[in-house]
Amino acid sequence: MSLLEVKNLQVRVEDREILHGLSLTVNPGEVHAIMGPNGSGKSTLSHVIAGKPGYEVTGGEILFKGENLLEMAPDERAAKGVFLAFQYPVEIPGVATMNFLRTALNAQRKARGESEYSTPDFLKKVREVAKSLNIPQDMLKRGVNVGFSGGEKKRNEILQMALFEPSLCILDEMDSGLDIDALRIAADGVNALRSPDRAMVVITHYQRLLNYIVPDFVHVMSKGRVVKSGGKELALELEESGYARFEDAA
Amino acid sequence: MNVALAKTDTGSALEAALAAARERLPAGGKVADIRRQALDAYERTGLPHRRIEDWKYTDLRVLMREVLPLAAAPDAAVLKRAEAALKTAAIEGTRRLVLVDGAFAPGLSETNGLEKGVSIRSLREALDGGDGALQAQLFSLDTSNPMVALNSAMLTDGVVIEIADGTVLSRPLHVVHIAAGAAASSMFTRSLLRLGKNASATLVESYVAADGTRTYQAHDSLVIAIGDHSRLDHVRLVEDAADAVNISSSAVTLGAHAHFNIFGMASGAAVSRYQATIAFAGEGSRVETNGVNLLRGRQHADTTLLMDHAVPNCASREVFRAVIDDSAHSVFQGRIIVRPDAQKTDAKMMTRALLLSDDAEADNKPELEIFADDVTCGHGATSGALDESLLFYLRARGLPEKDAQALLIQAFVGEAIESIANDALRDLAEATAGRWLRARA
Ligand SMILES: Nc1ncnc2c1ncn2[C@@H]1O[C@H](COP(=O)(O)OP(=O)(O)OP(=O)(O)O)[C@@H](O)[C@H]1O
Ligand SMILES: [Mg+2]
Repeated sequence: MSLLEVKNLQVRVEDREILHGLSLTVNPGEVHAIMGPNGSGKSTLSHVIAGKPGYEVTGGEILFKGENLLEMAPDERAAKGVFLAFQYPVEIPGVATMNFLRTALNAQRKARGESEYSTPDFLKKVREVAKSLNIPQDMLKRGVNVGFSGGEKKRNEILQMALFEPSLCILDEMDSGLDIDALRIAADGVNALRSPDRAMVVITHYQRLLNYIVPDFVHVMSKGRVVKSGGKELALELEESGYARFEDAA
Repeated sequence: MNVALAKTDTGSALEAALAAARERLPAGGKVADIRRQALDAYERTGLPHRRIEDWKYTDLRVLMREVLPLAAAPDAAVLKRAEAALKTAAIEGTRRLVLVDGAFAPGLSETNGLEKGVSIRSLREALDGGDGALQAQLFSLDTSNPMVALNSAMLTDGVVIEIADGTVLSRPLHVVHIAAGAAASSMFTRSLLRLGKNASATLVESYVAADGTRTYQAHDSLVIAIGDHSRLDHVRLVEDAADAVNISSSAVTLGAHAHFNIFGMASGAAVSRYQATIAFAGEGSRVETNGVNLLRGRQHADTTLLMDHAVPNCASREVFRAVIDDSAHSVFQGRIIVRPDAQKTDAKMMTRALLLSDDAEADNKPELEIFADDVTCGHGATSGALDESLLFYLRARGLPEKDAQALLIQAFVGEAIESIANDALRDLAEATAGRWLRARA
């Protein structure tokens, strides 16, 4: 069974159709890259998969592990293994990162009928992951993303991904705002999570990220549709020629 | 007595209540006169209503309708119920001083082994002492506020705490107001805390009901005087029964280089009003007031503060947070007066209301009256629902809706709760907020 099946998805925001019949199939173990010009609907797709309110699905469907994802609340989706690393992670003043991580992790485990983590086990796990991502401990003591630099916010997203161990990871421009070293560290973190039963959807504008996280498939999105799909060489082609040719095809 | 003056029903009931209150707190001739005058002052307006500017948002004629009859002096059964209530109301590490249905309960209070420099008496004892200055101080509250006038007329007891110069009291004092009677009734109390120079103390006040006591009115008042170079930390927790009314007033004066930090949280009572006047009488002093209202159902809570900057070089900060669910109503009125002499005043006030339902209501009335030119004053207010983008972020991480809301609400009130200096009391306030949130889920 496919992990994710997006079939002919049509989505409106405030009476404007943004996705016009988008289809995408992702199997366990695969890494898919989605590229496409600004405004082509990449983040919209990721938001609809994660369950963000404000989008009206007017046609098509999304199946996750064979189940109708669109009927699930965002937290149910998370508990079932959907994870979106946001393009713009929000700051949440007054909610300590550690408290947030523990509450979220235990909420997901509870929803799945698993036992909650004990405090020492939890702390051990967070410390390990944080260390591997070069995230200093004092960052975890602050409010969620509060005062974090752009790059630090992105690393915090990867940290959560590693902690929650989702089966579908959608990374929306995780490379934006990262310096070269941070990019490598974050990509290593993502690669470490690659596994036969986990899939990744990597949204990016730059071929460079795909040198680190090598995709199995590359899709080009334009004006709310996937207009071209291919192997990793498609990304190189795009880098050479830009999107113009595909936009015409749309 | 003017016999021609027609008395309303309420009037004659009040006369009877005054007679009963006098019996409960017999005091010298002068006090009797003061009480008589206070009752007259009250009767000129009766329960304040919305056409009285200060009570615009809190119309007691609608919200309270009447003053309930005076509570009987607690008997053994009532004291027993109060004692049971203390099991949850008592705060570890504090010195407990208990008022039951408006009467000081020595048997439930810890008055033994007082620290050096500390004197604690019931109001009744203090008035019997015949100290004229103390008496004047006790009745210094402004009776142009009808509810203060009513309180002055009817009071039956209270706690009088005096802390001598140079005394540093590490163990907080906890005044517990317990309603424990069976009949629907009113209790009237007045307390005083006098902090000498170079002294410090922490005062906690909480308002609770014994199991089974539902309908009552707690009318309380407090006089606080903080001496030069002294610091008072004050925490108020209004956790009255769901059908109760709590009308509290206080008057605080600060000497020079003094520090007053107050945190108040109202989560109980159907109707509550806390009205405080804080006056700077000496230079270089600082006041921080932090308040939280946690309201649901049809609760109504009003905080009305007057910050009176009469002298130069003082600072005041007011932070107020309201979390309002269902069709509850939260009111904050903050008035800052900077008198002509009060140069270099630094006064700020910030209120934020979180509306959790379409019917929730928040009223905010800031008033700045500035008569000095070299000052920094400001106020700000926001009111709105929880931020959708923050909620979605939390839900996308697996938090169910109510849990995500709870986390954001806790963060919202956290900023005010953080102001509590004492660790144990801060934890206590956090736990109270946590309980409120869990009851929502
Ligand atoms: N809430 C909204 N209201 C109105 N229009 C919206 C809203 N959200 C997205 N859009 C529009 O939908 C289109 C697709 O936006 P989206 O953010 O999905 O693009 P994107 O491919 O992620 O672009 P980028 O590469 O810049 O991140 C844009 O034209 C955008 O303006
Ligand atoms: Mg985007």
